[in-house]
Amino acid sequence: MLDFQSYSELLDLYSSYAGVVDSSDWEKWPEFFLDDGTYRLQPRENFDAGLPLCLLALESKAMIRDRVFGVKETMYHDPYYQRHVVGTPRVLSVKTTDRGEEIEAEANYIVFRTKREGVTEVFNAGRYRDAIVRTTEGLKFRSRLCVYDSEMIPNSLIYPI
Amino acid sequence: MDATGTIFPVDPHWPGTGSSRIPFWAYTRDDLYKRELERLFYANHWCYIGLEVEVPEPGDFKRTVVGERSVIMTRTADGEIHVVENVCAHRGMRFCREKRGNSKDLLCPYHQWNYDLKGNLTGVPFRRGVKQGGKVNGGMPADFKPEDHGLTKLKVARRGGVVFASFDHSIEPFEAFLGPTILAYFDRVFDGRKLELLGYRRQRIPGNWKLMQENIKDPYHPGLLHTWFSTFGLWRADNQSELKMDAHLRHAAMISTRGQGGKVTEVTSGIDSFKEAMKVNDPRLLDIVHEPWWGKPTAVMTTIFPSVIIQQQVNSVSTRHIQPNGHGSFDFVWTHFGFADDDPEMKQRRLIQANLFGPAGFVSADDGEVIEWSQEGFEQKPSHRTLVEMGGTDTTDSDHMVTETLIRGMYAYWRKVMGE
Ligand code: FES
Ligand SMILES: [Fe+2]
Repeated sequence: MLDFQSYSELLDLYSSYAGVVDSSDWEKWPEFFLDDGTYRLQPRENFDAGLPLCLLALESKAMIRDRVFGVKETMYHDPYYQRHVVGTPRVLSVKTTDRGEEIEAEANYIVFRTKREGVTEVFNAGRYRDAIVRTTEGLKFRSRLCVYDSEMIPNSLIYPI
Repeated sequence: MDATGTIFPVDPHWPGTGSSRIPFWAYTRDDLYKRELERLFYANHWCYIGLEVEVPEPGDFKRTVVGERSVIMTRTADGEIHVVENVCAHRGMRFCREKRGNSKDLLCPYHQWNYDLKGNLTGVPFRRGVKQGGKVNGGMPADFKPEDHGLTKLKVARRGGVVFASFDHSIEPFEAFLGPTILAYFDRVFDGRKLELLGYRRQRIPGNWKLMQENIKDPYHPGLLHTWFSTFGLWRADNQSELKMDAHLRHAAMISTRGQGGKVTEVTSGIDSFKEAMKVNDPRLLDIVHEPWWGKPTAVMTTIFPSVIIQQQVNSVSTRHIQPNGHGSFDFVWTHFGFADDDPEMKQRRLIQANLFGPAGFVSADDGEVIEWSQEGFEQKPSHRTLVEMGGTDTTDSDHMVTETLIRGMYAYWRKVMGE
């Protein structure tokens, strides 16, 4: 469905995203999204039951920026490293829309958390369900929905998944 | 106590008669924790089960807990709600494994004992034995009475679409348990309107369960810890506020009315970090629309001892269920809801404001973190004590929030019931 060139751009998007959210360089995180792009992190039980509540529902790039401000400036939390391992994305469809080409893709992920003086633990496991469009600045998320199996959050979740 | 050099006191006693200095060992001892389960969760107190809207149809069930005991809420064909313990009357299995579902009956897979949705035993395989070669092998004794071997049934209270239950069938009515003051704040949210379930969020917090009750009885911290609140002017120390308790001092309501903006006064600049200039990038995060049922207050946090907190923070409403597991850990389960007559904009507003709360919330993630760090301090030296003396040492209602009176009230009650 996707030519090799486009698939390689898709791989690059997934790996750059993981690189940014693991790097503490939070300011770069909103740049993966369109201005009206959305980021949602949702427990699987809600997703499966058709319940709309998310752990985070950031409805625009501006709101994603607000989250960055919270993470950097206002939320007290134990510092930790996180490490994403993202599986190979599977392309579900490629459509032509009024915004141009839109790719629907999904990929499994695991995030490990390591606190200072702590051992590394599995923090959050789930699946990205993405709608991606091509812009002049490359591929961007129109929406990224992370549906997580790890419904019992180990206390709190601060950094972006 | 520290002076004696004992860090881990054996059979310690609470010094004095007050409740403003809580020994660290009140949070670290397994024997006390077991007593709390017995006296607070399993007797004398109505515990939160869920919302009726979680089991709307006959046969719907939801599994939850009272204290550490697994229970099942069911809806029968007559519309009634029942709560039964999830322990098989045969050999004790926790047989219900799904969080929710729909079923005609309750079946334990081990030996297929079958119960109706009220918990009555309706089927025992081979009860009358198995015929083989002209004789009957086995079977239950002739005097076995199924009616004596149902699931443990809890007493159920329903009010305004919320379900509470108790293992203690001699418990006072739910309304008396809350008392008139707290009942009024309960009814303010649950006034009989149909609710709409929005979903769940769960977190496991490594701290003693009482710390969550304290957190929501503590109006001293929000303007300080929750920098996000104060940065965007949602919580200010000069907000109008009231703190009210029931006659036993166990439940409480923190009632506040958001300030109308304006200059940061000397008072506020001392106690919180409100900066007039700060605005969120996406205004929908703080698109607060007054709802008629609020009355004057813009936020009321109601702590119902020991098991639940009812949150109304502007347009975000939820129940927060405390599910203890050991002296140093509890699961905190958030059930967000709206009202069936919400228009799509209001529903979306509630979902967006939910970003402020929950395990990742701008102003709630920090609560879980500080509870974890408190527990670490307590475990380090159980002989020490906290100091809960902001606003004095008394346990009276208050018309301001610069006080820890609600926490003192809760421990005055705790001491009485626990005999400590
Ligand atoms: S343990 Fe349940 S049927 Fe035997
Ligand atoms: Fe708080």
